[in-house]
Amino acid sequence: MKRLSIVLALILFTGVLFAQDHSGKTLPEVAVKTITGESFNTADIDNDGKPIIVSFWALWCHPCIKELTTIADVYEDWQEETGVKLYAISIDDARSTAKVGPLVNGKGWEYEVLLDQNGDFKRAMNVNMIPHTFVLDGDKNIVWQHTSFAEGAELDLIEIVEKVANGEDISGH
Amino acid sequence: MKKYILKSIGVFAILFAFTQMANAQSPQKYGQVSGSFQLDAQLYQEDSELGITAEDINGQDMRMNAFGNIIYRLGNFSAGVRYEAYLPPLAGFDTRLEGQGFVNRWARYSTGIIDVTVGNFYEQFGSGMIFRAYEEWSLGYDNSVDGARVILTPMKGMTIKGIYGTQRFFWQKYEKNNRGIVRGGDLDLFMNDIFSGLESSKTKLTLGAGLISKYQADLDPIYKLPENVMSWSGRFNLSHGGFFWQTEYAHKINDPNAINDYIYKDGQGLFSSMSYSQKGLGFALSAKWIDNMGFKSDRAVTGDALFINFLPPNAKTHSYSLSAMYPYATQVNGEAAIQATINYRVPKKSKLGGKYGMGIELNFSHIRAIDKTPLNDSTSIGQSGTLGYETKFLSIGDDVYFQDLGIEIDKKINKHFKLIVSADMIKYNMAIIEGHLGEPDVDAFVWVTDLSYRFKRKHSLRWELSQLLTKQDQGNWIASTLEYNFAPTWFFAISDQYNYVNKDGVIKYTNENGEVHETEFEKLHYPTIAAGYTKGTTRVLLSYGRQREGILCVGGVCRAVPKSNGFKITITSSF
Repeated sequence: MKRLSIVLALILFTGVLFAQDHSGKTLPEVAVKTITGESFNTADIDNDGKPIIVSFWALWCHPCIKELTTIADVYEDWQEETGVKLYAISIDDARSTAKVGPLVNGKGWEYEVLLDQNGDFKRAMNVNMIPHTFVLDGDKNIVWQHTSFAEGAELDLIEIVEKVANGEDISGH
Repeated sequence: MKKYILKSIGVFAILFAFTQMANAQSPQKYGQVSGSFQLDAQLYQEDSELGITAEDINGQDMRMNAFGNIIYRLGNFSAGVRYEAYLPPLAGFDTRLEGQGFVNRWARYSTGIIDVTVGNFYEQFGSGMIFRAYEEWSLGYDNSVDGARVILTPMKGMTIKGIYGTQRFFWQKYEKNNRGIVRGGDLDLFMNDIFSGLESSKTKLTLGAGLISKYQADLDPIYKLPENVMSWSGRFNLSHGGFFWQTEYAHKINDPNAINDYIYKDGQGLFSSMSYSQKGLGFALSAKWIDNMGFKSDRAVTGDALFINFLPPNAKTHSYSLSAMYPYATQVNGEAAIQATINYRVPKKSKLGGKYGMGIELNFSHIRAIDKTPLNDSTSIGQSGTLGYETKFLSIGDDVYFQDLGIEIDKKINKHFKLIVSADMIKYNMAIIEGHLGEPDVDAFVWVTDLSYRFKRKHSLRWELSQLLTKQDQGNWIASTLEYNFAPTWFFAISDQYNYVNKDGVIKYTNENGEVHETEFEKLHYPTIAAGYTKGTTRVLLSYGRQREGILCVGGVCRAVPKSNGFKITITSSF
């Protein structure tokens, strides 16, 4: 019976989450590392008042790499249109730290890449599954987030970013 | 029953009130509340073909793992709780997880200079060789520390960490002498910030050192055991342009424990990785050597629980199902490993690259034993109560534990089609890695093709076909998945894995003693259908079908996934 009641509470709670609107949450302060091993505070994620995409990924996550590769093809256009900057947060552990740089460069990605080796940033951002992508407005408020990736999902993402860049309301998304 | 329903409505009301409060108020004044939760449940069915009987299920035909996290943040202050329920845990998870309650609660205050956490925390020193506390939901793994952590940043470029506490052991509360106490400190110096002359240098250097000590009373009736076990490490990180090199050396004093079978030998390890990359080309090389580095906060515990340190496996993490059939897990009692990866992007508009270019990844890893020699004629290698054995630093032994040589190519063919092709040759020492003594090494060849076809802006199909060929273990497999995606909301998938073994379904091998083993396998299909719905951060996944027996590894920690048949649901969300 205990089990049933917990399931019930969680299901009710899911309903609330589905109904959530976009509240002005900001980035937590967590120490991560740059691709060359220096310390970096996530509060320093910045784009001079323009929108920011924060995307959690890992080397072992095929949909994540698909998402970042798909965006890489159009990233230049996105940047021209909206001034957006993408931070790709790798949650790979010490096993693969040295492989992140070669993969990023090997793929020719132009993103800001950060390493969240022990998942501290991931936990502070409540990321359960990857890929998990956040959009931040010019004041660095988290205004939109989404998990999973399928072909075509990047079209929704850029639509959000465009609206955020123009200061439009995105509460319908 | 009424009581439970009332209780659950109560919990729900509190959560609801919190989220509403957080949303309604401005975050500067009242703070922010965020959180996440996940529920994985499975309904288990009998399946005579798989050999799952009513006795196996034992009345527990429904099982569930769930968690909920709530984090509150106001300025420099934050606090959080984590609730977990395993009623009972899904098959394949440690049965000691059964139970429910708040496992974590913590509060943290952090200014630029000082950062204090009390309660449960996760932390890592360097690459984790002497200390790493982390959690991995999919494995049921959590070795968080309950205690206090202080992080000081007295000047730019300098970080000092101190930790003190006891580690989580399922639901068992810490009591005197029921497990050890862990304490330690770490210093990290980014030289370019500390020495102003180096500020603008393109060469960047970080030095670090850490120390961990475990206290556990000696209650052993036979041996006199060290009550304080110290482990320390030194490390550096060097980068210059596209070049990067990091190295850590770790040492542990004698620590007789259940993993090393109570030998009094010191442990040591070296982990070094180097990479070079420029646009379109990347190269990474890493090497690891460890000897007797199993370090737990209870010397009597085996398995995955209560690890203080983390020794990453030097092998590629495969994500396609058949490629991941034979994953490697670090052998903490000793291994020598090397791994190399090359990433190359064939440029756009070249003959081979076509309009969009083409990505190639080559990967090679090779892991073997270290060379251990007996102490003297009367002592066998690893004999309890002795110094165990002798080994030279960086020695390499004869036994191969694991090898993987692989290639992966990804190519966008045109606006509609994308293709990924991979092939791997894997050598897997089953006797060592799974502890099935006498089993022969598995030599497997796996290939995968993964084709995506986008036929409308947001509609796509994905078709995966793969095959695993081996003469050992369970023989050959072929697997296929067809997936339809309507981005970003819906997905439907149908898949089958077929263990066709070989022509006559018999796997035969001769062991070292010349005995012939013959196993006849039934050729079995493992069909599954699945559907998923995603809105924002909420994802609901349903699947029905058979799950093959296997090993799931994340970050080198593995858990066995038993074969099963049934209905599965996952709900995950965050806010």
